[in-house]
Amino acid sequence: MLLYLSKRLLLMVPLLLGITLISFVVIHLAPGEPTDMQTQLNPEVGVELQQRLRAQYDLDQPLMVQYGKWLGRLVRFDFGDSFSQDRRPVTAKIAERLPITILINVLSIGLILLVAVPIGIVSAVRRNSHFDRLTTIFVFIGFATPSFWLALLLMDFLGVRYGLFPIVGLKSLGYDYLSWSGQILDVLHHLVLPVFVSAFGGLAGFSRYMRANMLEVIRQDYILTARAKGLTEKAVIWKHALRNALLPVITILGLSVPGLIGGSVIFETIFAIPGMGKLFYDGVMMRDYPLIMGILVIGAVLTLVGNLLADLGYALADPRIRHS
Amino acid sequence: MTFISDRFGLVWIFLGLCCLYLICGCDRMDENLAGQAEAGPPAAGDTLIIGSGADAVTLLPVLASDGTSSDINGLVYNGLVRYDKDLNIEADLAERWEISPDNLTITFHLRQGVRWHDGAPFTAEDVLYTYQLLIDPKTPTAYAERYRQVASAQVLDAHTFRVRYHKPLATALISWAFSVHPRHLLEGTEITKSPLASHPVGTGPYRFVAWKRGEKIVLEANPDYYEGPPYIHRVLYRVIPDASTMFLEMQSGGLDYMGLTPLQYAMQTDTPAFRRRFRKYRYPAFAYTYLGYNLRRPIFQDKRTRQALSFAIDKQEIIDGVLLGLGQVASGPYKPGSWVHNPEVAPYRYDPNRARTLLAEAGWQDSDGDGVLDRNGQSLSFTIVTNQGNDQRVKAGEIIQRRLSEVGVKVKLQVVEWAAFLKEFINPGNFDATILGWSGGIDPDVYNVWHSSKTGPGELNFIAFKNAEVDHLLEAGRRTYDQDERKLVYDRFQEILAEEQPYTFLYVPESLPVVAARFRGIEPAPAGIMHNFIQWYVPAEEHKYSR
Repeated sequence: MLLYLSKRLLLMVPLLLGITLISFVVIHLAPGEPTDMQTQLNPEVGVELQQRLRAQYDLDQPLMVQYGKWLGRLVRFDFGDSFSQDRRPVTAKIAERLPITILINVLSIGLILLVAVPIGIVSAVRRNSHFDRLTTIFVFIGFATPSFWLALLLMDFLGVRYGLFPIVGLKSLGYDYLSWSGQILDVLHHLVLPVFVSAFGGLAGFSRYMRANMLEVIRQDYILTARAKGLTEKAVIWKHALRNALLPVITILGLSVPGLIGGSVIFETIFAIPGMGKLFYDGVMMRDYPLIMGILVIGAVLTLVGNLLADLGYALADPRIRHS
Repeated sequence: MTFISDRFGLVWIFLGLCCLYLICGCDRMDENLAGQAEAGPPAAGDTLIIGSGADAVTLLPVLASDGTSSDINGLVYNGLVRYDKDLNIEADLAERWEISPDNLTITFHLRQGVRWHDGAPFTAEDVLYTYQLLIDPKTPTAYAERYRQVASAQVLDAHTFRVRYHKPLATALISWAFSVHPRHLLEGTEITKSPLASHPVGTGPYRFVAWKRGEKIVLEANPDYYEGPPYIHRVLYRVIPDASTMFLEMQSGGLDYMGLTPLQYAMQTDTPAFRRRFRKYRYPAFAYTYLGYNLRRPIFQDKRTRQALSFAIDKQEIIDGVLLGLGQVASGPYKPGSWVHNPEVAPYRYDPNRARTLLAEAGWQDSDGDGVLDRNGQSLSFTIVTNQGNDQRVKAGEIIQRRLSEVGVKVKLQVVEWAAFLKEFINPGNFDATILGWSGGIDPDVYNVWHSSKTGPGELNFIAFKNAEVDHLLEAGRRTYDQDERKLVYDRFQEILAEEQPYTFLYVPESLPVVAARFRGIEPAPAGIMHNFIQWYVPAEEHKYSR
């Protein structure tokens, strides 16, 4: 197992290097440069000034030289400074936005698991029951509802008309004057709508997925055997079937790790939450190369780690993998 | 099967509930609306919460080039001069100034007793330092150009500053409206790493308090401001990127000020409840949208063709359809009602028959009967390219496309992401026609946009307009300070543009701010509504925020 782990870890290095090289080249292929936002179609800026700004950002150098410099900094764990006018370190910008995005995503994944797994199991076990049909409808609605529309509807209905939940941001204006418990409650109050909206679509998908896996599993011979041996239905489902039905779910969870930082541009924009999704989107629109690369590298590392974790999770859940 | 009908039944119930809610929503905002007392006496206190679509980038004016940063810097910093409510130049940190008879030297006499927010005195050294900062090659600023024309700048004494120019420059005086930076905090530091970028120290009416990135920026009244402390105690910018969310937040009471979209202004705010809680304003923005023709293309070289296109486009229809009537027809590059606007130049009215005549005069006729005009085997068809992310331009393009097809002109519309749009089409001059807009300039100097020397790659005369008389006028216009003389120059310039029609000027949009009704002292003027912000107040009995 340890050998397997170290091999996997070693393999990640060239893989990561390849990912960064491809990313670097691809983002530079997109037309436009970071200085353009400041200088293009600006009557105050002449061509000479544009050239000078380009030189300040090293944009006048060959792509491979720029990549070499970037890689040199990366080895020292330095993601460089953002190309936007604030010129702040990329790590500082990411560190500012990361916690909130992770918090919302963890909460919404938690909510999804908490609700979707039992729904999936029950609707598989009681196939074609009223409950199963009802959840099917729920799933259709969940899939069909665009999250921005749901968000606006909830904001208008629960926020503006009935004033039950705050509409934007994560803290009230008077947050600083609240007691610590008040502050926690305030943030939780603000989190209700974003977490619900971000979980809603996933809820539908995940419960469907769980249902399909469970159906697959309970048709297997060993379940028949277990039942034939006289085990209670509860023991059959929750002990034998569930464990196997969960395997593919673990894979999906592993793959959703990079999503934890990618966040969602749409709900972050609508709820005015300063998270990673919005940061990345703005970075791309501004052609802020160091910022884009910083986020991509973290994303790549997390994807690789996520895959690794999923494989390890598999090995833990399935003795066949462990022993091979 | 019952399964199917059950499912659809529930979906219908859900949709029905949604519709019911949308149709007969009970207005919670009607509550808590005590009748507004007419303006009580000015009182200090309360907070103005402004909704902003984007966060500031940097609060160091020399590096900032985005709107939010500029708005905030405008409250924190002062320049030597500024525009007053009627857009005349008035004194700010300079108490008065003298311009030498040859128009080459300006001597500023600075206000005494002004202090930076950290208590240090403001002197002429700060002005000199700001100038040096602007022209320093190591400063990544977009504002250097005008200051590079300064021949010399010197401090005569602590409160006198003099600049000399190589040649007279009409925009020289107003260029000193640029925020003065504090020398004692910046000198000797690397400007891009300065802590002032996130914690500004200025001389302005508001002092910086806090910036939570992506969330909010807090300013508070400067009790030592040289014009007296502002009434509104605190200004809070809240970052809300989505326009619909911002509007909902405004309705729920979380914002006091935002800019409305035409749709929100015309359709969603015309309720008694909204009118009681908010005041809407509208005035022409310093911007216009145009259809520009690439004059390098043979089909656009005859001015009769361009005039015909302008006659064939119904601009009022675009304003009604795209801006819901909240704009006016543009006749040239200057805002209607401003001193430089030439009212004698009439906009091209919609006249398809005139367009057809002009096209025929220019030799265009439908010789092959395909419904599209042609000349010497070349058909009168072209592509309008515009940028993604600006719905108004795309819709205007669609309306233009239909109108031009009625006179036998075939138009394709192409919408491209901004950076690619500039890089692939505009900068290399690789387009037929484009819908774009210009904004910002209050001074009429448009040398960079219209002079024939500015047609190179990446320069602003990307339609390659070349006219010797216009060149001469633009040069003359930027070399004199005399407004009457400049008026004559720019009047003639507008006449030539109207005749030549290198652009079809489409519309001047309107700014549509909305402010909570408790704020008083707002005076709409040509400069907008923020020009007298330090005189805005909330009567004591209507204060909403105590701290």
